[in-house]
Amino acid sequence: MTTHVLSDTGTLTGRSLRHILRSPDTIITTAVTPVALMLLFVYVLGGAINTGSDESYINYMLPGILLITIASGIAYTAYRLFLDLQSGIFERFQSMPIPRPSVLWAHVLTSLVANLASIAIVTGVALIMGFRTGASVADWLAVAAILILFTLALTWIAVIAGLSAKTIDGASAFSYPLIFLPFISSAFVPTDSMPTPVAWFAENQPVTSIVNTVRALFTQQPVGNDIWIALAWCAGILMVAYACATAIYRNKIS
Amino acid sequence: MTTTKTPEPAVRVQAITKSYKDLHVLRGVDFDVAAGSIFALLGSNGAGKTTLVRILSTLLKANTGTATVHGFDVSSAPGDVRKSISLTGQFAAVDEVLTGRENLVLVAKLRHLKNPGSIADDMLARFSLTDAGNRRAATYSGGMRRRLDIAMSLIGNPPIVFLDEPTTGLDPQARIEVWQTVKQLAKGGTTILLTTQYLDEAEQLADRIAILHNGTIIQNGTLAELKQLLPSAKIEYVEKQPTLEDVFLALVGDADTTDHAVSAGEESR
Repeated sequence: MTTHVLSDTGTLTGRSLRHILRSPDTIITTAVTPVALMLLFVYVLGGAINTGSDESYINYMLPGILLITIASGIAYTAYRLFLDLQSGIFERFQSMPIPRPSVLWAHVLTSLVANLASIAIVTGVALIMGFRTGASVADWLAVAAILILFTLALTWIAVIAGLSAKTIDGASAFSYPLIFLPFISSAFVPTDSMPTPVAWFAENQPVTSIVNTVRALFTQQPVGNDIWIALAWCAGILMVAYACATAIYRNKIS
Repeated sequence: MTTTKTPEPAVRVQAITKSYKDLHVLRGVDFDVAAGSIFALLGSNGAGKTTLVRILSTLLKANTGTATVHGFDVSSAPGDVRKSISLTGQFAAVDEVLTGRENLVLVAKLRHLKNPGSIADDMLARFSLTDAGNRRAATYSGGMRRRLDIAMSLIGNPPIVFLDEPTTGLDPQARIEVWQTVKQLAKGGTTILLTTQYLDEAEQLADRIAILHNGTIIQNGTLAELKQLLPSAKIEYVEKQPTLEDVFLALVGDADTTDHAVSAGEESR
């Protein structure tokens, strides 16, 4: 049975990618909110925000916008998984000789592809709006690696939501707090401008270290300790969410 | 093949129980299904039919008791059981976003068969879905969806097929089409375990009928045996009226043509 893990995961991933191709609005709607936020912050609020650096504001806030993109994109993963569970196709797969992890991994890989597509769209709009970076290929790869890790971590949280939701609204509502997290971080304003307790929270939540790392990579600054804190957060969330999701899954399929 | 007087049953269920907290769904179920036969599990809603099918198709674990399917124990060799069966659940488990053909190709690929494309085309032809093959399954009528569902189940020719209430929610014509499919399958040597709450369905199809009531099998026999349980037939004179089903089928045309549903895009579920 294990010999088919890869091919079956591939087949099932092809299936859910086809779902996305048939409804590309899931990619576009994922990109719309971050793009709107970007327009709002750059052209309305940004002029009044003092970031304390000579970078243009769009250069400053793009990393946070990318994280918001991912946080809203993963809601669709929970949604698609929930629909599979509801429709009976999930049971069909479970009653077939398909390695059990393949069914979940197909959704996870699809989430990765869909989110990377949304990120590409948002980055494209940012470039049009004047985002510039002197990042080298290695810097870009490092940014991509961190964003992929972050996507995987949040996707496994989405899997938990998709598996345990009772209603379709419940399957996607979990992502709202995740979308909100970047606002209480260094993504849009420097944390030292916040009141002490808020600043403390902002500095010690995962988004800030990830934003700082990506920002440093884009502006060719040293990443310092932030990159390790960011990686630790992503890896930690990933492992806990993965463990919970697979436990719920095992419980669900008896 | 050695000839034996009593071949191994395709499905053997022994003292299966299943409870959810205080709710005892199955209280010790026993029966055998002979290879190549059609076995109907008859029972009203909530009798535990679906629970039993889910146990036999490895979706659920029994609390106690054993069940073997195609010679494999469902709890110790679920992988082998899954290779031997296919399940058609109560709700047509098709991917609505994909076309009918894509659904069939998907299953053929997951069963690691060669030429999934031509297998899909064969199945579309066999189930009169060729014209609708490139339409999304979401646009299918209930009968077409059920045919696609069964077609997906039959890919790879599993020796044992579980049909959980295969005709619930279907119109009379679609129902007869499903019956024909089941009969053809049995002719080809497939073992079929079907659950139903329709008495006439069990009567039409099954070689043996077991009645599941309150979590146990209260009777198990052929139709003739079950009929003998009641006092022998007495002769009454009744006016023979056509049933509404006769009228309906006569009005809407020949039920043997299976293509009727193809043009019924406007038919809503």
